[in-house]
Amino acid sequence: MIKAEKMKLTGFRRPDGRYGIRNHVVILPVDDISNAAANGVAALIKGTMALPHAYGRLQFGEDLELTFRTLAGTGRNPNVAATIVIGIEPKWTERIVKEIAKTGKPVAGFSIERHGDLRTIEVASRKALEFVQYATELQREPFPVKKLLMSTKCGESDTTTGLSSCPTVGRVFERLISAGATLIFGETSELTGGEDIIQSRCVNEKVLGEFNRMFNGYTDLIKSQGVDLLGSQPTEGNIRGGLTTIEEKAMGNIQKIGRCKVQSALDPAIEPDGPGLHFMDSSSAAAEMVTLCGAAGSVVHYFPTGQGNVIGNPIVPVIKLSGNPLTLATMSEHIDVDLTGILRMEMTLDQAADAAMTVLERTINGRLTAAEGLRHDEYVLTKLYRSA
Amino acid sequence: MKHGILLHESHDDVGVAVEDLKKGGRIGAVTLEGKSVGAVKLLHNVPLGHKVAMRDIAKDKPVIKYGRPVGKAVQEIAKGSHVHTHNVKTLRWSI
Repeated sequence: MIKAEKMKLTGFRRPDGRYGIRNHVVILPVDDISNAAANGVAALIKGTMALPHAYGRLQFGEDLELTFRTLAGTGRNPNVAATIVIGIEPKWTERIVKEIAKTGKPVAGFSIERHGDLRTIEVASRKALEFVQYATELQREPFPVKKLLMSTKCGESDTTTGLSSCPTVGRVFERLISAGATLIFGETSELTGGEDIIQSRCVNEKVLGEFNRMFNGYTDLIKSQGVDLLGSQPTEGNIRGGLTTIEEKAMGNIQKIGRCKVQSALDPAIEPDGPGLHFMDSSSAAAEMVTLCGAAGSVVHYFPTGQGNVIGNPIVPVIKLSGNPLTLATMSEHIDVDLTGILRMEMTLDQAADAAMTVLERTINGRLTAAEGLRHDEYVLTKLYRSA
Repeated sequence: MKHGILLHESHDDVGVAVEDLKKGGRIGAVTLEGKSVGAVKLLHNVPLGHKVAMRDIAKDKPVIKYGRPVGKAVQEIAKGSHVHTHNVKTLRWSI
């Protein structure tokens, strides 16, 4: 059995003391209409990556706050060495720049009005080139597992995820927590039918109260629409894979946290403030959830899948684990950890956890995940309600 | 007997087919820990990942998996049946 403390991890130490396992220079648009300029800079300067997205205009209230938090959190993520922020006007642009700057990492903001796309692309590209030269001189150094912040969320689940890939992650999470790591899980709607288990794991009344507020909030939202989630939870893919009810799906999902306690219940895209497992209120849609985890500082993600969800993220390496033999036979290029031995009774959960930790260690040390290699760069903001 | 059905808990009402299972076959079942829980004769074809009834389940009774209810039977389910959305519904989402 591999001990988490024995993992040999290397990463890029950031000025705020956190460690990244990738070293991206990101070109971050504040809003949808700045995507073109951000893409322009990324096309010109080698080693940069634009993160186009669909929102950022006329949002308000908590929805706007979440967009700001997600964008700033992306730049703050330790996998990002430096960030260029481009927005249509200077005020919101500067707001995001300021949040990222608190990490001590290089960041610069540019706005398009009174300059146009072309002049903006030119000045931003000059700065981006400086940032790439800065980032490419940074070296990996060893870091302890207690400095690791990672996340999990499963997708295209079926009955095999509950039997194999999810409990494997649960087993690894138990080991990582005993070594002092910080972990995030979420998927509020997919706890339905197993929420009592999460409630029983909350470390105190305050955390329990926060969790209940989030869980009931989503339940009330569904009721207020006069609908239920039949047809969405479980999804058609889940049903094809043999899952019948949301309770059954939730029980599979919850295997990912093993026997870990829940230290806090966080609003989406909030960075955890201590070690252990943290619940983050989040959608169960894969790209939204992983984007939120990245914004909360997660540097690597375990993604158990049954039927074969192909999701990736531009800044957070997503490690896919599957125990479904049909998925491994038909779409193995997407799967990093083959756990089909569990269903054949040829692999115990402890052996599966060893396999998952070995791939985790190699991924942290620089090996690209299947999703990274296949250019799965899904960067998706969570929208809480419609814009003004 | 080679196992073809996996259970989370030995007393679960349903187990999961670990390969495509054919109607009429007698299939061994084990828990994740490797404990044998006997065998069932299949009344239907059951695809990989779908569930098999390990015992008769009466209409309106909860269906136990992971050692706890994950839905209720909406019709009589005989031991060896394919168990899915046609004979089990959620206990939630009822508004």
